Amino acid sequence: MSSQAPAQTSVPPLSDYAGIVGRPEIDELWTLAKSLENRTVKMVNSTAVGGGVAEILNRAVPLFQEVGLPTTWDVITGGETFFSVTKAFHNALHGMAYDDRPEWFDLFLATNEENRRRMKFDENFVVIHDPQPLPLVSARAGKTNHWLWRCHIDLSQPNERVWEFLRPFVEKFDASMFSSAAFTHSLPIPQYLIAPTIDPLADKNRELEPQFIRSVVDKFGIDASRPIISQISRFDRLKDPLGVIQAYKMVKKYQDCQLVLAGGGASDDPEGSVVYAEVQEAAKGDSDIFLLNLPPWSHLEINALQRASTIVVQKSLREGFGLTVTEALWKRKPVVASAVGGIFRQVFHKLTGMLVHSAEGCAYQIRYLLSNPALAQRLGDAGHDHVKENFLITHTIKNYLLLFWLLERNRQ
Amino acid sequence: MKHAKEPFQFVAASYLICIGHDRPTTLRDLSQSIARASEASIFCHTFHSLSMHHYSSYSSDFAQWAMAACNEQQLAERLGGIDIRQFVAIRDLRSALVHTIDSYLHAQPRSSDRPAFEPFFFSETREIALPLEMRASNLTELSEGIRRLSLHSLHFHFVNSRLRLHLRTNDFSHWIEKELDFPELAARIDRVDFYTNTLQGVRDGILESIRPWINR
Repeated sequence: MSSQAPAQTSVPPLSDYAGIVGRPEIDELWTLAKSLENRTVKMVNSTAVGGGVAEILNRAVPLFQEVGLPTTWDVITGGETFFSVTKAFHNALHGMAYDDRPEWFDLFLATNEENRRRMKFDENFVVIHDPQPLPLVSARAGKTNHWLWRCHIDLSQPNERVWEFLRPFVEKFDASMFSSAAFTHSLPIPQYLIAPTIDPLADKNRELEPQFIRSVVDKFGIDASRPIISQISRFDRLKDPLGVIQAYKMVKKYQDCQLVLAGGGASDDPEGSVVYAEVQEAAKGDSDIFLLNLPPWSHLEINALQRASTIVVQKSLREGFGLTVTEALWKRKPVVASAVGGIFRQVFHKLTGMLVHSAEGCAYQIRYLLSNPALAQRLGDAGHDHVKENFLITHTIKNYLLLFWLLERNRQ
Repeated sequence: MKHAKEPFQFVAASYLICIGHDRPTTLRDLSQSIARASEASIFCHTFHSLSMHHYSSYSSDFAQWAMAACNEQQLAERLGGIDIRQFVAIRDLRSALVHTIDSYLHAQPRSSDRPAFEPFFFSETREIALPLEMRASNLTELSEGIRRLSLHSLHFHFVNSRLRLHLRTNDFSHWIEKELDFPELAARIDRVDFYTNTLQGVRDGILESIRPWINR
């Protein structure tokens, strides 16, 4: 077992973002970066591909390098059993059912210890993402560098047993970052509110030619002339794909439409294939439901499917932030999303999208927007502006730099 | 064109929000929490939230919570009506907030302990202000600098300045009056309404005010 270094992707230079966020934002980001020049950074998470965290790091790491902070990104490794355990923890921290097995804690600690022994943590700033690599913080003993924990998940109603097991590790960090105030806890370390972001110039979000969008839709056999409802998400119970099918079937009684459920798996999610089979079963017999289990490099296809959609749904039961919502809003799409987790920070009901609490509510809002396309467009436009002001990759770079700056100043 | 002895120093201002531990769930608790909250916290939920409120009904987080979580529309309007331009010290703003809530609860006692839909999460703003390599010695340079500021930095110079200067004015007006001796222009800029404009609108309003004065 060894820590993996994800392949570096090619990212446009920071100056290319000036056309989107404005030259002043970029100039001020450089001013901030200059005050931290040559500080080194290490990012650690549990998967190199699949899921929002890997996507953010793929884009953010090269940008940190560009502004003068040498940054490395390591991924912890473990066997299938380890990732089954971390998935169970993930679900439990989201407040879902948890089958208490004390031996899981031992396995979790042992795998992290193996990773710790093989990794070095000499950088000025070490950022640990999510709960999977939390015990690596024990490597800070005797070091003077700064350690930060970035929590991307909804911790508002965690299973107490799992949270109390993990909490002592969290308390060893210098600071933590959460996507919503509701996810924070009574911790002895500072808890900062920092939203995740998307890269507007990445293949997943950049502008596409209409012909390309049409070719993708045609490739999957979707009828571009009829309304397309989509949910782009991993096949994960917390994303409630069965609930989306239920809502679609209610809509279908009144309006003609198609449903696209597209997503892939993450290497740290062994549950995906089971959920996919359940969804296949629920969709059986309806030729207007398209289940697309796409490989992790399908960014352009995902982009095209979102842009081809009439309405984008995110009917999650729990959600750390919901970057697929951010992506849809950026593409000016009307969004119908569950009122959970970080979605609250993105979708303001009837202003930047529609918030729902049930399959019935989801179906009603889809019907309403299908019947009121002008309103749907207004929501999409407002959503785009909201993302531009708050949830683009340049904000991630800036917020990390600010936090690094604060940590250094507070220690002086 | 008039030139200043002391140039105007532009600043890059940025903010992080640090979530606190105080989470009141009733209006009575909110009032008590405001009374003991740090100045950085009062600032966060009034001055700072003003720059972020495009998609909420009120620029004050307290007003927004009274409306959205407590369904107390009248109190929300009263809290939202507190004009932060009138305050040059957080302690006075704090007193006004507490007084507004307590007077309302005195008249509506049943609203005091009714649980809100969600807690109010008291937070603090951490401000990081770094000098930019940008200075202005005359109105042309000032206009150019204002054009090149991010919206947060504009907010720092135009809104938050009141707390820094302890004066009912903004950095631009203060400098124009002190260094260029144009009190009329200073007053005109200070009248640009940051409640009813977006920050981009505020920027345009300031630049529009300066333009006729550039060659004086």
